[in-house]
Amino acid sequence: MNITVTVNGSARTSEVEPRMLLVHYIREVLGLRGAHVGCDTTSCGVCTVLLDGLPVKSCTMFAVQADGRSIMTVEGMATNGQLHPVQAAFHSEHGLQCGFCTPGMMLVAKAFLEENPAPSEEEIRWAISGNLCRCTGYQNIVKAVQAAARNMSEVSK
Amino acid sequence: MTTVETAPSAEHPGWMGKSVPRIEDARFIAGRGNYVEDVVLPNMLHMAILRSPYAHARIVSIDSSAAMALPGVVAVVTGALLAEHKLAWMPTLSGDTQAVLATDKVRFQGQEVACVVAEDRYVAHDALELIVVDYEPLPAVVTPQAALEDGAPLIRDDKDGQVDNRVYHWEAGDAAATEAAFAGADRVVSLTTFYPRSHPAPLECCGCVADVNPASGKATIWMTSQAPHAIRTVFALVAGLPEQNIQIISPDIGGGFGNKVPVYPGYVVATAASLLIGRPVKWIEDRTGNLISTGFARDFHMTGELALDGAGKMLGLRVKMLSDQGYAYADAQPSKFRAGLFHMVTGSYDLPAAHVVTDGAYTNKAPGGVAYRCSFRITEASYLIERLVDVAAVEIGMDPAELRRMNFVQPDQFPYRSATGFVYDSGDYAPALDLALEQVGYAEVRAEQQARRAAGATKQLGIGIASMTEALGAGPSRDYDILGIKMFDSAELRVHPTGKAILKLGVRHQGQGHETTFAQIVAHELGIPPQDIVVQEGDTDNTPYGLGTYASRSTPTAGAAAALVARTLREKARKIAAYLLEVAEEDLEWEADRFSVKGAPEKVKTIQEIAFAAYTNHPQGMDAGLEGVKYYDPPNLTFPFATYIVVAEVDVATGEWTPVKVVAVDDCGVRINPMIVEGQIMGGLTEGYAMAAMQQIAFDEDGNCIGSNFMDYLIPTAMETPHFDLFDTCTPSPHHPLGCKGVGESATVGSPAAFVNAVVDAVSHLGVRNIDMPVLSSRVWEAIHAAPG
Amino acid sequence: MFPSQFTYHAPATLGEALALLAEHGDDAKVLAGGQSLIPLMKLRFAAPPIIVDINRIPGLDTIAEEGGSLRVGALVRNRAIERSDVITSRYPTMAAAAPMISDPVVRNQGTFVGSLCHADPQGDWGSVMLALDGSVVARSVAGERVIPIGEFLDGPFTSTLRADELAVEARVPDPGSEFAGTYLKLERKVGDFATVGVAVFLATSGGTVTKAGIGLTGVGATNIKATAAEQALVGGTVSDALIEEAARLAAEAADPRTDIRGSADYKRDVVRVYVARGLRAAAATPVA
Ligand SMILES: Cc1cc2nc3c(=O)[nH]c(=O)nc-3n(C[C@H](O)[C@H](O)[C@H](O)COP(=O)(O)OP(=O)(O)OC[C@H]3O[C@@H](n4cnc5c(N)ncnc54)[C@H](O)[C@@H]3O)c2cc1C
Ligand code: FES
Ligand code: FES
Repeated sequence: MNITVTVNGSARTSEVEPRMLLVHYIREVLGLRGAHVGCDTTSCGVCTVLLDGLPVKSCTMFAVQADGRSIMTVEGMATNGQLHPVQAAFHSEHGLQCGFCTPGMMLVAKAFLEENPAPSEEEIRWAISGNLCRCTGYQNIVKAVQAAARNMSEVSK
Repeated sequence: MTTVETAPSAEHPGWMGKSVPRIEDARFIAGRGNYVEDVVLPNMLHMAILRSPYAHARIVSIDSSAAMALPGVVAVVTGALLAEHKLAWMPTLSGDTQAVLATDKVRFQGQEVACVVAEDRYVAHDALELIVVDYEPLPAVVTPQAALEDGAPLIRDDKDGQVDNRVYHWEAGDAAATEAAFAGADRVVSLTTFYPRSHPAPLECCGCVADVNPASGKATIWMTSQAPHAIRTVFALVAGLPEQNIQIISPDIGGGFGNKVPVYPGYVVATAASLLIGRPVKWIEDRTGNLISTGFARDFHMTGELALDGAGKMLGLRVKMLSDQGYAYADAQPSKFRAGLFHMVTGSYDLPAAHVVTDGAYTNKAPGGVAYRCSFRITEASYLIERLVDVAAVEIGMDPAELRRMNFVQPDQFPYRSATGFVYDSGDYAPALDLALEQVGYAEVRAEQQARRAAGATKQLGIGIASMTEALGAGPSRDYDILGIKMFDSAELRVHPTGKAILKLGVRHQGQGHETTFAQIVAHELGIPPQDIVVQEGDTDNTPYGLGTYASRSTPTAGAAAALVARTLREKARKIAAYLLEVAEEDLEWEADRFSVKGAPEKVKTIQEIAFAAYTNHPQGMDAGLEGVKYYDPPNLTFPFATYIVVAEVDVATGEWTPVKVVAVDDCGVRINPMIVEGQIMGGLTEGYAMAAMQQIAFDEDGNCIGSNFMDYLIPTAMETPHFDLFDTCTPSPHHPLGCKGVGESATVGSPAAFVNAVVDAVSHLGVRNIDMPVLSSRVWEAIHAAPG
Repeated sequence: MFPSQFTYHAPATLGEALALLAEHGDDAKVLAGGQSLIPLMKLRFAAPPIIVDINRIPGLDTIAEEGGSLRVGALVRNRAIERSDVITSRYPTMAAAAPMISDPVVRNQGTFVGSLCHADPQGDWGSVMLALDGSVVARSVAGERVIPIGEFLDGPFTSTLRADELAVEARVPDPGSEFAGTYLKLERKVGDFATVGVAVFLATSGGTVTKAGIGLTGVGATNIKATAAEQALVGGTVSDALIEEAARLAAEAADPRTDIRGSADYKRDVVRVYVARGLRAAAATPVA
């Protein structure tokens, strides 16, 4: 099938088998390697991308379902060479270790902060509970989201 | 916690103890990490593995003709084909053998039976469904107890001379002295417990891309390996390939935790397939394959008995342990110690006598026994002693903190020789315990606990303490080797003419922050800022030999090597500076990043100036350049310690429980980068909680694995994971050049007992003495209902 | 991770979708949120030759009170339920259950109706619908029928929906003016299916229970309606004794199996404790 997907702002047209999972399309057809695969049961969230602004597990969607829609991956987070505040905060707060969960976590955090710009620790923990991290114990991820929230509200003031 | 310093300052010069933000982050936050999955080569094929549905069965026949006929399929590899090349079996890291692909029988559910190599991964999986295997099911042996019974089916009938399912029998300590201690005891308490089979489950599964060049014979293999050099040697031995023609590259690794130390069949078959086909072959494991077949951990059935005098002083410890090894003995551990460092079971306590008896048994389960965030089976040992001390406290009516304190090895006893033969390098346990008690508000929590007990509240409180000591950082090489390869490690440092540097190490990080921490070590010793230093690891053609990263050994071994090689270069730099400044070497003083002339502080040469001179203006008769290599063989292990305290709230009606406060006081000696150390501790505490609360690889009576995906093998999310409060004390290692000890695993080793102690403590007034991990709510409920009351 | 091949249809209208289902019958599978179907296809536990993706059909994503009931369209995501004002204010049992289903990312895709169609005995929405006396509206080229939820859920992973039918919406009766409800779920972690789940609903009039609903998750071959417990409550005033009695009857209605999550005795006892807690919480926070 021929599909056209807006990926990080630019339209991409490709021929795909209907059974191709969105994550394989992003990684292998588009060559964007930030989304990973970590499980077979939609449990881990390392494949998370934003579909029309909302996080989805790209291992649990067919690429053909994204036809005509818009996707953001981690590669699209920085603008004009400037890290997104969430990216900057993951770095400054040591919110990552092996980095495998990081793209998914950051995208979830980005979408969440757009909905809830001043969250509590509990709300952050809820928001990222569809994404596993095996390295950090989450505490520094929570701190990173809090720091990003602060920085984003400074900027918008 | 103190304020975070990220760079040297006037008050705090140097780079040690600075929370430098991680250099490696830049690529990960941009989605530009380079994991094995990201390696794409021209003309690359994809491999998928067919696994056994049975735990134990004879393979009658395998028909792969339909699979071969599917368009896009290039090859179907079976055990029979590998046997023709003498590759059907391979050695394990404990000197046993393991099938690459099954030939005669399958011996666990999930065992590798055949591999499809195809142009496309989807097609490879289509082909798996077309392979017809005729199995004749055999009775499965699913517990080590059953395995050792007379008449149990013989699992390893392929091995000459193997007449039963026993893997090993191994003892440590002094039996007679221990008997005497028990004979003279006022009280003997005991605990029988099972440390369930667990799995490290890093979020990235295993995988490789094997590229054997048909013309040159050179094999380049990108592999998820924590120990690439050792793997290269094993590959050379297994496949009979000349070692100079094998290059193992461990690119970025998405977590390891011990899971990525062994050699797995997928790596071997992919390499063999590339060799036979002449094209690159990629194999990326799925989660089911990872959980069902690769290195599990734990699975120890343990009984501990503690002899005490009337005042609570420990007199002796007697331990029996039966290990479920699965169908092959594949522990990645020093060959001298059959049950790893399990005999470290005396822990933080001054036990005059101890005797440890261990047995291992084959069962119809996956092989493994990896050091999952653990120094070779110390996790099980630490759990047993820390649970046993709590049981003793209840039985003799003593406060568990007091019982610990009065039995600690005392500061003046170090170096301390334990009853099972370890020589603890240093320690000071009581201050760590005291700090933890203070931070948790021990007296207040105990009072609250009493109040809830008196009120018969539905939600009871429990306090769990674990004061663990770990032995890690293997070598020393006289005692530690893997398959005969000694456990030293190495560092090679090259300072470039412009004063920048590359540090190459034999270890391989998987998220531990080596690219920053090791740069800081060099920065500290030579004054080159960390940002100017590239740390390279994981490529066997471009790094010095080393045994890899696991068992918290990188900083104790490679960290020491890095410091020492930097010091060697500093001595050479001194010679060059003396030459440049036209003074004698003795007249120079080193400060941070420069040599200055004593008494004439304006006459200086910075390390950058010296580096430039090393290539442009070096003294006649001296070799040009500023580089060196150091192999470091530690004189001893390092012995970090910690006290973890957990306060848990238990709903006695449903058995649900939550850790409401977790305090960790870790002493790992000198901290190079406190931020990274704390990250390691929090990750370790999370896995400790995970094991205590939910992780287990279980089996039904037919040997079917329950826990082969993330819906059944549970990993905590941010919601279950508690908040941690971290503190530290510092007792430097006397023998490490920087005073450091390992730390990556302490919290995983020590904290499970604290969590379980907390839950048991919350319901001990109801008569509960033990609940085995994972402490599911159902188990708490069952324990309350089974208790004498 | 690699589903089998299939033919993909993404009809743009309901009519087209129904025609496809009529044509292909059992060979076709409806794809809604995909959060149950795609995981099964990835493991190759399911390999439908034809997929009918309903996500491009307009008009199926409304949540609205209309004609005496709440209507939840086939493309209403769990995310929307969680954030719906009408549900938060008028359907407390649903509001309590929504955030406990799967995880926040899966909820962005998974649908309420798809979950009912999947008929997983460990699914949470089935119990909620049993407690609320809801129904499913099924449409085919032959017409429409309204199936009460008790008849709709037929067994583990089977409903009475025919292969040519599309579930176009679910309906939940108006709760009246004095009502309360909640959902309690024992899960081992976020994203886990229920070890035990209990849906509770009470409608009252001047302190007297006029309607009671109790649905149980994970303790039988389907979601279970605890009818005897409901009947015991109706006509009474909520007291400790009545709550204990209803809880006991609900536990009797459960038919759990021993598994890795716990013994049958354990699960039955959790039903008892949760029903009592749910009723107490409901009694304490009535909406009037
Ligand atoms: C990690 C994870 C955790 C989960 N945890 C929970 C949980 O705790 N509780 C819970 O209840 N659920 C849970 N789920 C399931 C989730 O809620 C699913 O979204 C839901 O079960 C199915 O909804 P869907 O829209 O995704 O349906 P799909 O996956 O699209 O479809 C499911 C089935 O229903 C059929 N179907 C769907 N819509 C229609 C329709 N309109 N008409 C006819 N047939 C239809 C499909 O053909 C298919 O057979 C979990 C899922 C995941 C991945
Ligand atoms: S890969 Fe695990 S949820 Fe997508
Ligand atoms: S940083 Fe490794 S999984 Fe999150």
